[in-house]
Amino acid sequence: MFDLTGKVALVTGATGGIGAAIATALHAQGAKVAISGRREAELAALAGTLGDRVLVAPADLADPAAPAALIETVEAGLGGFDILVNNAGFTRDMLALRMGDADWNAVLEVDLTAPFRLARAALRGMMKRRSGRIISIASIVGVTGNAGQANYAAAKAGLIGMSKSLAQEVATRGVTVNVVAPGFVKTAMTDALPEAARTALLTRIPTQRMGTPEDVAGAVAYLASAEAAWVTGQTIHVNGGMAMI
Amino acid sequence: MSDTADKVKKIVVEHLGVEESKVTTEASFIDDLGADSLDTVELVMAFEEAFGVEIPDDAAEKITTVKDAIDYIEKQKSA
Repeated sequence: MFDLTGKVALVTGATGGIGAAIATALHAQGAKVAISGRREAELAALAGTLGDRVLVAPADLADPAAPAALIETVEAGLGGFDILVNNAGFTRDMLALRMGDADWNAVLEVDLTAPFRLARAALRGMMKRRSGRIISIASIVGVTGNAGQANYAAAKAGLIGMSKSLAQEVATRGVTVNVVAPGFVKTAMTDALPEAARTALLTRIPTQRMGTPEDVAGAVAYLASAEAAWVTGQTIHVNGGMAMI
Repeated sequence: MSDTADKVKKIVVEHLGVEESKVTTEASFIDDLGADSLDTVELVMAFEEAFGVEIPDDAAEKITTVKDAIDYIEKQKSA
């Protein structure tokens, strides 16, 4: 089950905790994996752990030309393109009253527009080959909202709407488009929270633990596989039961 | 028949999986050849690639038959 031997995958934001776990999971299932991010040294370190079947493809997704170039690099470097994992994203939290246009735009650009550009560039080849997987990592806050995260929540909700639309456009071509929406996962992003905030969070999670990057990666590996061929336009919530949607 | 016409028809046969005999010059992609809107976008992209031409959206919308495609591409090539 869930064998990805011979498939080519791209994981953006592979320098982050969740991105690295996704790259590792897809690689373990047999895929050739391109790992992308801005920090080249960390990508090289991850590539070293993974071993063969890996392409290091640094990119800054804030650059509008980067997504199309990245897809080309992967197609040329690994000989094909089957699985796009839009994982890259960042936060710039503040209450809306204090949120400037630049704070709004910067988050929307990287967290929503870049995934669209990547999907658009990847779709052409996928449609021709009559198969493909586009998986975007959203967030529970894209559905529930979160004070201080109007920009991030809007981008993540946008990924869900975008994915449902793309899913309808390309369903007849064997390409599925889905979303994985993690809840609170233990990463550098959530380690930055104050202890009191983390304790308060746990009372809202039925499983009474934070998620691990591997919890998220498992859902991605499933959606990437042939077994998930009839699942499209969906959002899988991986959140320890924090929100049951 | 011109080279362009031959090549266009070949692309249509390949992309839509229809029999060559059905791809007449007057054939409409959607009405006669069973294409959907996504097929027509794919066809236009295939024409662009095969002939090295750019077909902007407003022109692409008007390409509904095999003849429309041949005429547009020949006009671009002679321009």
